[in-house]
Amino acid sequence: MSDAGAAPAVVPAGARGARWRTLARIAREQPLGAFGALVLLVMVVVAIGAPVFAPFDPTQGDAASLNSAPNARNWLGTDAFGRDNLSRLIYGARISLMVGLGASLLGVVVGAALGIVSTYRGGWVDTITQRVMDALLAFPMLLLALAMAAVLGPSLPNVIVALAVPIAPRAARIARSSVLVLKATTFIEAARATGCSDLRIIVRHILPNTFAPLLVIATAYLGLAIVQEAALDYLGAGIQEPDSSWGLMMSGSATALALTAPWIVIFPGLAICLTVLASNLLGDAIRDLLDPKLRGK
Amino acid sequence: MTSPLLRVRDLKKHFPLPGRLLGGERAAVRAVDGVSFDIEPGETLGLVGESGCGKSTTGRLILRLIEPTAGEVWFGERNVTALDKTALTALRKDLQIIFQDPYASLDPRMTVASIIGEALTVHRLVRGRRDRDARVVELLETVGLSAEHLRRYPHEFSGGQRQRIGIARALAVNPKLVVCDEPVSALDVSVQAQVVNLLEDLQSRFGLTYLFVAHDLSVVEHISTRVAVMYLGRIVEIAPTRALYTNPVHPYTEALLSAVPVPDPTQRRERTVLEGDVPSPVHPPSGCRFHTRCPVRLPACAHDEQALREIAPGHWVACAVRAGA
Repeated sequence: MSDAGAAPAVVPAGARGARWRTLARIAREQPLGAFGALVLLVMVVVAIGAPVFAPFDPTQGDAASLNSAPNARNWLGTDAFGRDNLSRLIYGARISLMVGLGASLLGVVVGAALGIVSTYRGGWVDTITQRVMDALLAFPMLLLALAMAAVLGPSLPNVIVALAVPIAPRAARIARSSVLVLKATTFIEAARATGCSDLRIIVRHILPNTFAPLLVIATAYLGLAIVQEAALDYLGAGIQEPDSSWGLMMSGSATALALTAPWIVIFPGLAICLTVLASNLLGDAIRDLLDPKLRGK
Repeated sequence: MTSPLLRVRDLKKHFPLPGRLLGGERAAVRAVDGVSFDIEPGETLGLVGESGCGKSTTGRLILRLIEPTAGEVWFGERNVTALDKTALTALRKDLQIIFQDPYASLDPRMTVASIIGEALTVHRLVRGRRDRDARVVELLETVGLSAEHLRRYPHEFSGGQRQRIGIARALAVNPKLVVCDEPVSALDVSVQAQVVNLLEDLQSRFGLTYLFVAHDLSVVEHISTRVAVMYLGRIVEIAPTRALYTNPVHPYTEALLSAVPVPDPTQRRERTVLEGDVPSPVHPPSGCRFHTRCPVRLPACAHDEQALREIAPGHWVACAVRAGA
């Protein structure tokens, strides 16, 4: 009886149920990765629904409570202008996550594409590309980003591009080292003997075998981009007040108050740490899931 | 006699060495330096020689996996060395290769179905995934594996099984000629025999022609119709297997064959032991390339180049002393 009653409850779920079960299995296999994914998902939801979640207007200061410590009204305290830190943190997530994800993805994708294609082609194309990369690598990351931001002007898309520029040559170098090894392997030669086009070899054979290190640096640069965005803000080349970003919250007058009103810098700092940690955990889990040798272990 | 399936004419591959930016000719490794031979349809031509003599390079040149420096390769009516990209891709349907290292020759991120099925997809021999998988299962069964292996990855297989996957990949397009580049050298002896037998079965089943590159003389004797012996980028002797093994004429062939171990400890044989090392292929010796180590050399050998001369039907030797003009 109980069997007959239970069966119909499962069957209508069909393919959807199977998908959920697969997700549940992956979550069991990669608990840390699932945690990372969950944290990022919550952050993205909160950022998108910022007007719903934020208790106050992030740009309106309250002159009656400047630099106040966390309390029942302002859970994370207020800043030097009396603005609610929690609201600024929630609204800041919009810009920080966009800059972090955007810059690291853009930089790694463009850099990896350049690195893979030029190394695979070899010859003078490779030489020229690599010398340009050398020139870009000669500049410290922040200096290059600052110069780019100064040329492009302060706006969100420009900040993303400016931060992506110094990431690209680094991603290109990492991709290059894998492609150099792969190019000499027999299975790439076998693919050519099979009759695969260059495009197919790059997409089907080189890219999947280069993916792991690229994913690792993408998650690493995600955090770095969020922090460097703060530096651009501070130097006036990034997001401008009264807009909010985690980097902006930690820079400017906040640094001077770090000892007397530490809550102003601690919470955005924690948010950045949590984002980097979550993306690293998720990145590692994805890398493991994509490796046939590690799957199911 | 039918016309040869493959004709190789004066094939050369010189790998330039780095350095020497200005002036002067760049030094080069003369890996293959003027090799000519024919392969008849249905036969197995064994290509033997010690490491670095250019036998594997010759195999790769025939498929144009590397570009020759000079010379021609004719596959039937097609001049392989002059084909454009499209024609070369089409050629890969007729000309395939099995690699030496079964661990390095399979993409670790691909399932067996994708590895074997890739050729089918690339050459549009199947419609859709289901069709491809059905054909891959057929190929797996042909090489002694089964449908349950379809979704597995290369690391889940043993060396012998991996080599079977490599063979199935080569067979997927129904090739006419397969270059076997030391296909059993990386395998255990017990597995070697299985793979060699499989290759023989497949040859009679599908009417394949093999170029069998190897350094194991016993395996080559077993599988080959004719055998070519290479030394420092040149062929020194080419003959029907029986003739070559019972009556080696070139002193290098003689020395090579006398090095084959005989599984009988009581038997004492006369061995030709060569002195010295193989000279550098960057600066190969003048005249006959073997003269620096040859036990029967004449003074003239140091400056007279030797061409292959037919001393018996189908038995060609490049030696002034043994097959002098």
